[in-house]
Amino acid sequence: MIKHRALALLKAVSTFKGGISGAFLLLLVIGALFAPWLSPYPYDQQDLGIMNQAPSLTHLFGTDEFGRDVLSRMITGARTSLSVSVTAIGISVLLGLVLGATCGYFGGTFDRIVMTVIDLTWSFPEILIALMLVAIIGPGLEGVVIAIAIAYLAQFTRLTRTQIMSLKSETYVEATISLGAGHAHVLFSHLLPNALAPVLVAAMLATGDAIILEATLGFFGLGAQPPTPSWGAMMSSGTAQLFIAPWVILLPGLAVALTVVFLNLFGDAVIAALDVRAKFREA
Amino acid sequence: MIGFTLRRLVLLLPVFLVVSLVVFFIIHLVPGDPIDNLLRAGSTPEQRLQIAAKYGLDRSLIEQYVTWMGRLLTGDLGTSIIQGRPVSALIARNLPYSLELGVAALLFSTLTGIAAGVIAASYQGTRVDDTITGFILLGSTVPSFWLGLMLILVFAVWLGWVPVSGARGWSSLILPVIAAGLGGIALVARVTRIAMIETSRQDFVMLLHAKGLPPFIIQLRHVLRHAMVPVVTILSLRIGWVLGGAVTIEYVFARPGLGSLLIRALNQRDYPLVQGCLLMLAMAVIIGALIGDIVQAAMDPRQREARA
Repeated sequence: MIKHRALALLKAVSTFKGGISGAFLLLLVIGALFAPWLSPYPYDQQDLGIMNQAPSLTHLFGTDEFGRDVLSRMITGARTSLSVSVTAIGISVLLGLVLGATCGYFGGTFDRIVMTVIDLTWSFPEILIALMLVAIIGPGLEGVVIAIAIAYLAQFTRLTRTQIMSLKSETYVEATISLGAGHAHVLFSHLLPNALAPVLVAAMLATGDAIILEATLGFFGLGAQPPTPSWGAMMSSGTAQLFIAPWVILLPGLAVALTVVFLNLFGDAVIAALDVRAKFREA
Repeated sequence: MIGFTLRRLVLLLPVFLVVSLVVFFIIHLVPGDPIDNLLRAGSTPEQRLQIAAKYGLDRSLIEQYVTWMGRLLTGDLGTSIIQGRPVSALIARNLPYSLELGVAALLFSTLTGIAAGVIAASYQGTRVDDTITGFILLGSTVPSFWLGLMLILVFAVWLGWVPVSGARGWSSLILPVIAAGLGGIALVARVTRIAMIETSRQDFVMLLHAKGLPPFIIQLRHVLRHAMVPVVTILSLRIGWVLGGAVTIEYVFARPGLGSLLIRALNQRDYPLVQGCLLMLAMAVIIGALIGDIVQAAMDPRQREARA
């Protein structure tokens, strides 16, 4: 199973779309990991003599309202934006797997209650759910992580549940049960490993949405607090300078859009390589 | 068909009860309370109790819920603690702005999205399809507030064609509608394209081709009709979005609306106003799903038997 998946990943990377997007994402992750060494200037170094300067050779992406280097802040901001969205989606997937597997495997009243709540939140705009949760938890990165995790919980619970339910009626699972296997064995050795691939691909696509959501919350001033940069927070403080220094907003926004485009392309390549498209349609 | 509609309407009652419970109790999870915002510095604990008693905040949550529910049934949503005006009046003042933007954005994204999806599906696999699919991908990955700011920069500041912000006249609506509608265009176009391609592989379409009907008549009169069923589902799910999801756009363009009202009320811990706004949004979501179900059943008789 694991070997098969590693092969699928190789197959995805070897396609044109998968290769290009994979390379971009790899560069981005490297940039985020080694931000302090890769940025040309410290992200919080102010120089009021060079406020709001347009991109030039010394400052490739220009400077912001405190004379800070926009490129350095974007590299460090990638760290915040990526870690927040990946952590949030990670939590969401774990919770969704547990909830969805419990609902799909055991069914009954618990399943009906959970699904009613999930159906209700399903069509509520994620941004509203996240804004309400941040209001409850309070602003800051922890609040944003929890808010995003809960905003996407419905999606993963639903997907896992559908997977488990369709796998449960497979002959090999029925055979395992009639051989006397316990619930835990059936769930952890047979159902979850097979349900995992589509959920993980959905998680990759959702990470893209989470990056946008994080940027939006940051734009409302609810995410990373100054001077910590995140792509959303940079655009938030840049709004006042929109007419003087548009690059402070333009470039982080482009970074968000490009990252999400490449995440989607890479996700598509993995879906094609794993051949899980049919499973997505069922959900 | 009437029976189906009536059955669905009856099913709304328990849903409404659950929604009212969630809406009522969620706000009490927020730390802090509205009295802090009303008290002047140096006021005594007695004054605090007085204000709490005035708004019924000194009673148990269950009591408060029963009172709130009782008033709700007579159409009374209570009074805003911070602004001192009836919640229903505040909602009524903001709702038209949300509806104006939401309906315009929904129409814009639906029509453009369906057109883009049909064109992409008709030219499947060609450069036209690739271009449209590329735009669809781009449209769903650009943050809407960022798009809004860039539109302001280009069309309001550099070109000066439309106002920068506010909600006066139809020209101030153009940029918000584009910024709010882009995500919807991408979604509708994607669903339309896939549904068109899948439908055109079915046997009845092959028969129509064999009969010698012109391809574009087949596409528009027969394939599109079938392909609209999943599109209607997606659209019905977006009705709640139409009313509340444009909050970022309202913020960027400094427009009033239900989303902005809710955010302000949340920050001020204005319980009755938050409850009123959430209830409105939740009902819009539920009624949207209901309309979607009914339209679907009208379009596709198989669903009437399956889901009734």
